[in-house]
Amino acid sequence: MLETRYLLVGSSHAALEALAAIRMHDAEGSVLLATRDTAPPYSPTVLPYVVSGKSDPNRVRLRSDDFCEAQKVTLRSGSALASLDTAAQMARFADGTEVRYERLLLATGATPAIPKIAGLTRVQYHVLRTLDDAVRLREALGRARRAVVLGGGLVGMHAAENLVHARTETTIIEMQPQVLPGYFDAQAASLISGAFAERGTRVLCGQSVVSVAPRESGFALKLLGGERVEGDLLLIAAGVRPTIGYLSGAGVATGDGVLVDRRMRTSASNVWAAGDVAQAESFLQGGRRVNGILPNAVEQGRIAGMDMAGDPGARDYRGGVPINTYHFFGRQALSVGVDSLEGCETHVQVDEAAGRYRKIVLKDGRLAGIFSIDLPFDAGVMVELVLRGTDLAPVKQAFLENPRDTARALMSRLWR
Amino acid sequence: MAAYETIAFDAARCTGCGDCMSACAQEKTGGFDHAASRIQILPAANDGFELALCRQCGDPGCVSVCPAAALEKDAASGVVRWDETKCIDCLLCTVGCVYAGIAYDERTGRVAKCDLCGGDPACVKACGEGALRHVKSAQIYNRYGELEDLFVPGLAGCQGCNTELLIRHVLRAVGPETVVAAPPGCIPGMGTVGYNGKTGTKVPVFHPLLTNTASMLAGVRRTYKRKGRDVTALALAGDGGTADVGFQSLSGAAERGEEILYVCVDNEGYMNTGMQRSGCTPYGAWTSTTPVGERSHGKTQEAKNLPLLMVMHRCAYVATASTAFMEDLYDKLARAIEASKRGFAYLHIYSPCTSGWRFPSQANIEVARKAVETGFVVLWDYTPDAGLRFTRPIDDLRAVDEYLEAVGKYRHLDAAQVAHIQAQLEKDLGLLKELAVRGAQAEARALA
Repeated sequence: MLETRYLLVGSSHAALEALAAIRMHDAEGSVLLATRDTAPPYSPTVLPYVVSGKSDPNRVRLRSDDFCEAQKVTLRSGSALASLDTAAQMARFADGTEVRYERLLLATGATPAIPKIAGLTRVQYHVLRTLDDAVRLREALGRARRAVVLGGGLVGMHAAENLVHARTETTIIEMQPQVLPGYFDAQAASLISGAFAERGTRVLCGQSVVSVAPRESGFALKLLGGERVEGDLLLIAAGVRPTIGYLSGAGVATGDGVLVDRRMRTSASNVWAAGDVAQAESFLQGGRRVNGILPNAVEQGRIAGMDMAGDPGARDYRGGVPINTYHFFGRQALSVGVDSLEGCETHVQVDEAAGRYRKIVLKDGRLAGIFSIDLPFDAGVMVELVLRGTDLAPVKQAFLENPRDTARALMSRLWR
Repeated sequence: MAAYETIAFDAARCTGCGDCMSACAQEKTGGFDHAASRIQILPAANDGFELALCRQCGDPGCVSVCPAAALEKDAASGVVRWDETKCIDCLLCTVGCVYAGIAYDERTGRVAKCDLCGGDPACVKACGEGALRHVKSAQIYNRYGELEDLFVPGLAGCQGCNTELLIRHVLRAVGPETVVAAPPGCIPGMGTVGYNGKTGTKVPVFHPLLTNTASMLAGVRRTYKRKGRDVTALALAGDGGTADVGFQSLSGAAERGEEILYVCVDNEGYMNTGMQRSGCTPYGAWTSTTPVGERSHGKTQEAKNLPLLMVMHRCAYVATASTAFMEDLYDKLARAIEASKRGFAYLHIYSPCTSGWRFPSQANIEVARKAVETGFVVLWDYTPDAGLRFTRPIDDLRAVDEYLEAVGKYRHLDAAQVAHIQAQLEKDLGLLKELAVRGAQAEARALA
């Protein structure tokens, strides 16, 4: 049995940031970093770029070789957390190892959600969550002639773009009436789907798959409307779910993910959770939500680490804000906040010919959301304006006309 | 760990001319399009200008959120470096930065950020207004940070006092082969000579009378010299012990050319005994013995100009310094230490007193800086060969009100008193300028 002061399960942004925060306050306390992965720490966000070849899988590691030694961390990789006894403060791993912890961080991330489709077990399909998945998908990409991407979220859209570049005939199937639901509104989403359609990709929205059957050199999908789609490469990118299977019977309260308070504490004592696994306070929508995006994972990891180490500088989590940055075919789409709230006012600016789009959502004179395609702004500055609840009334006109420069001037005055 | 250089922005001096942005665009892209500049000057609400520029954060948000390990804080230079071969153009770094320090560049389709031009920023060179400065004072830390701190941790100074800073820096610079004389005043009161039989310094220290600091120290230096040891004889004294009570022995030691480094920490009064006036208290200042009421409105006499008095002793080195200008202070310390091996070296360091001058404890360095920027304190040094020279330009001074308003002991001043102070400053400045001209002539003669 191993013993450690801090046990961090996971090795991506939330866990690494928590570790940095712990070491700021507690230079010596023993830290065990345990991960199911065998590769050195990397970010799931980089994986679509490994698939496209833009990132070399050997150059995506988030920390250097001497990192563990420099940070006085013991790294155990290749074995997932299997079960937890929060009363005895004991974690059991898939390889049978038991670890007794004083403080535990669950940063186990998420696992691809696999929709219930009849016949799915009889065909080969890909998912994209680990570096191994990415390398496998990249290899398969080279051989594929007709691909089907199930899910028009960020992973699906990135993969589809790679397929377009590889000149593979591609179909995207999305259940919602638009692609990138939750990040962009219908108008922006249609500009994005349009860019795919122009390049020959079929984008089928509001469609779901009822069954799949193997074919000689691939598979055939049957859609709810009756249509059949055949292909030889199937990528399931229908979203992710927090990885919490190991919590059954552990006495840690869960909803969609692990429920945490504003210090990332779970319902069990000496257990924290952060990142894609956590269900934390939402800033704009209220209540607790899983908001599995990288910047939130970093913020949550830092707060958890500070709180775990007893750092008096720890502050409450202000709440998650939906944020996304998305590059497609050399164009860029940004989203910060929510695209509608009760009682909000919305200002939309569209240049159809140039494919430019911007939408600003104000609530009580304060920024609730800003979205754009090819009209850049500083996303970090906008998030800060949202979180601070800065009153934009005195500069409203200027903000609507030129949000980037107006926000920079506000930043410079308010917090630079 | 190293400390790093940075670019400082003074909004009050910025005219919004855009030369910095042209220079940056030229340096980084070869063009003059301001949109391509890594430094962005923006119009502010009050008709002034503001800045968006990478701060090269110590704990950079952009690095934390980069999924591709394409951003990294360079431990040697402090620059947050962008590796274009690893960058996947995901733009998450622009989410992680709340300062707009890394931004999307439409021309390239990639992000762009300031890299300090490898240590010689083009924007700073292009700024003719002095609004941008390349601050290199971190070099002091890098040079002296490794040296042993010769003062014990923890001392009993008032909150916000700059004298702890001063003592620790001075002792680091002079090094362990030193004997310190600390006559009665704030410096021993803070723990330099110690409590209960233990001293606060890690070098020999003694506590002379207010009257005999320079003569006792002269004896110590001579004794060590006779024994063949090169020891720096260092006085850390207040302005009362230097200008008033101890002046006779100081004047004698200076005139004899004793090999001493005498540091006067001038807080313009007897601050540790209840804030009484000294010969260095300026005109108009409130002290407990120059009160403010119906008839009395602060001190009615001018302060004596002690450093100039020391010039008239023809010391090996005389200089004024301020903790708001540490590079200048270090430069002078080095010269003074060297001069003290062959004659009398006198360093007059201005030390705003948070308790006795009535200003918030966090404002010490700001008050010290304003004193210099308004010409209330003038930074110069003197050697018998080169004469007097200004170590900071005096032709762009701000109105003295700016300094007086920052200090509570001048709160009661009426317009006539302020005008009196301004007029006296100009008179003093005139005298210094004349001496500086003579110094420049002497130097020219020496060179010829």
